[in-house]
Amino acid sequence: MRFGLIMSEVGNGLRRNFSMVISVILVTFISLTFVGAAILLQFQIGQMKGYWNDRAQVAVYLCTDNSSTGNCKLTEATADQKDLVKEQLASPALADLIKSVTFQNHKQVYAQYKASFGDTTGSDFITPSDLPETFSISLKDPQQAPVISESLSSLAGVEQVVDQRKYLDPIFSALNAASLTAVGIAVLMLVAAVLLIATTIRLSAFSRRRELGIMRLVGASNRFIQTPFILEGVIAALIGSVLASVAVVVIVKFFVRGYLAEQSQGFPFIGFGEGLIVVPILLVVGAVLAASSASVAIGRYLKV
Amino acid sequence: MIRFDQVTKLYKSNARPALNAVSLEILRGEFVFLVGASGSGKSSFLRLVLKEETPSRGQIHVLGQNLGQLSSRKVPYFRRNLGVVFQDFRLLPQKSVFDNVAFTLQVIGKSKGFIQEAVPDVLRMVGLAGKTNRLPHELSGGEQQRVAIARAIVNKPAILLADEPTGNLDPSTSAGIMTLLERISKGGTTVLMATHDAGIVDQMQRRVIELVAGQVVRDERQGGYQTQAVPVQGFGGFGAQPGYGDIGIAGQSEATR
Repeated sequence: MRFGLIMSEVGNGLRRNFSMVISVILVTFISLTFVGAAILLQFQIGQMKGYWNDRAQVAVYLCTDNSSTGNCKLTEATADQKDLVKEQLASPALADLIKSVTFQNHKQVYAQYKASFGDTTGSDFITPSDLPETFSISLKDPQQAPVISESLSSLAGVEQVVDQRKYLDPIFSALNAASLTAVGIAVLMLVAAVLLIATTIRLSAFSRRRELGIMRLVGASNRFIQTPFILEGVIAALIGSVLASVAVVVIVKFFVRGYLAEQSQGFPFIGFGEGLIVVPILLVVGAVLAASSASVAIGRYLKV
Repeated sequence: MIRFDQVTKLYKSNARPALNAVSLEILRGEFVFLVGASGSGKSSFLRLVLKEETPSRGQIHVLGQNLGQLSSRKVPYFRRNLGVVFQDFRLLPQKSVFDNVAFTLQVIGKSKGFIQEAVPDVLRMVGLAGKTNRLPHELSGGEQQRVAIARAIVNKPAILLADEPTGNLDPSTSAGIMTLLERISKGGTTVLMATHDAGIVDQMQRRVIELVAGQVVRDERQGGYQTQAVPVQGFGGFGAQPGYGDIGIAGQSEATR
């Protein structure tokens, strides 16, 4: 009975303020789409970090006949020097940090080089002996790379210790910047959405001030008076949230999975699952924002 | 039923109090006229009883509750025991007579069954049995006021507050409304009516409380609109005034200033 009455009040309010309700829906739709995009970008960054942390390694390049940088003096690293490096890696201080170590001699390095860059011009001039023999070290915790670097780079016969993760930093910071931009736009739009919801509810309350006056006079409880208005705001915002959720899912399905993932096979992209995680977040954010701004807006009419 | 203890009401914009140290008591089942010029404090008095305002000083008890200690959350439940009628009816124009009255009961959560029984009953009592489906603008002023009264009493309140209920009506229609209020009073409801209508007050011969510039200057058991007896409360600051009738005019001019 009372539920029916409240819902019919809500329906009346939505119909009476049709244009304002539409604008609330659109603004929440756009703002929450940006929120969703920001969250998706963070997921993407997390995914890529995880992917590369599994693969990126610390490479210890040994001296070749041609190298003069580091500890190299234009002579190939000797077997003794290699053994010293191995010994260091096996020492208790470092062994705990290391997941696995693989050694690649000139031939193996050359084969890998050929596979990656064989079709570039100039690759024909490279001979196996130009490429340094390499210890590739996988770490349990990639953050510990500086420790390896510190203990190995001073050894004789070691040209360079490189943490391959550093090549990815620019990509991550670009993605982070994009994500922060999306968050910034989202915050601005959310402020607009909150203010718009508050204005809409005030307008709605104003057009019903006769009813409100009588309700207060005859002793309708505050909760009963404010519920239709809050529901009005929440319903409008929820419609916007649903649209934003659809937009996010569409972006993941058709743009990320359907286009980006097809373009660059084997590269880690977020999937449908991440899109679905974003949906409830958007719905809750939309509903909570609308409910709180509507209840603040209607509070003025409830003072007794 | 209603007790004012040295109640003073000051509004921010006005140095002169709307009510000045008013003390009085209204008992169960009484029919009381509240008379006085515009701006003498009648409406403030009614608003204080409703707890639409809080007094600046003093205490108000209504229906055994100290209004100063009533939390704002409980005010709606307190108001369910009071009915209010206004000069301008305040009906909802898009709702029928039945729905206007039913609305009161709906918003305080009464069941459909109760509403279906109570509303026709009360409309019969106020003499609108045949007009339940009319809209307010299809009714005469007197009929609209009857709807408003029906709305005020449908929940069987202990107190009915009426703020110039006949102010917009012609004398014969007013008489009909007064007959109705009298009948409601006979049913045990305390009626407190603010009015300017001298004819009605003189004719009814009920308790009359007269306010001048926020002070009670007269409280008579069976009074008329104009004073004929010595005031119960002293004049206080008005001792310098030449005569009683002049004070009423003074109050009026003060209000229109």
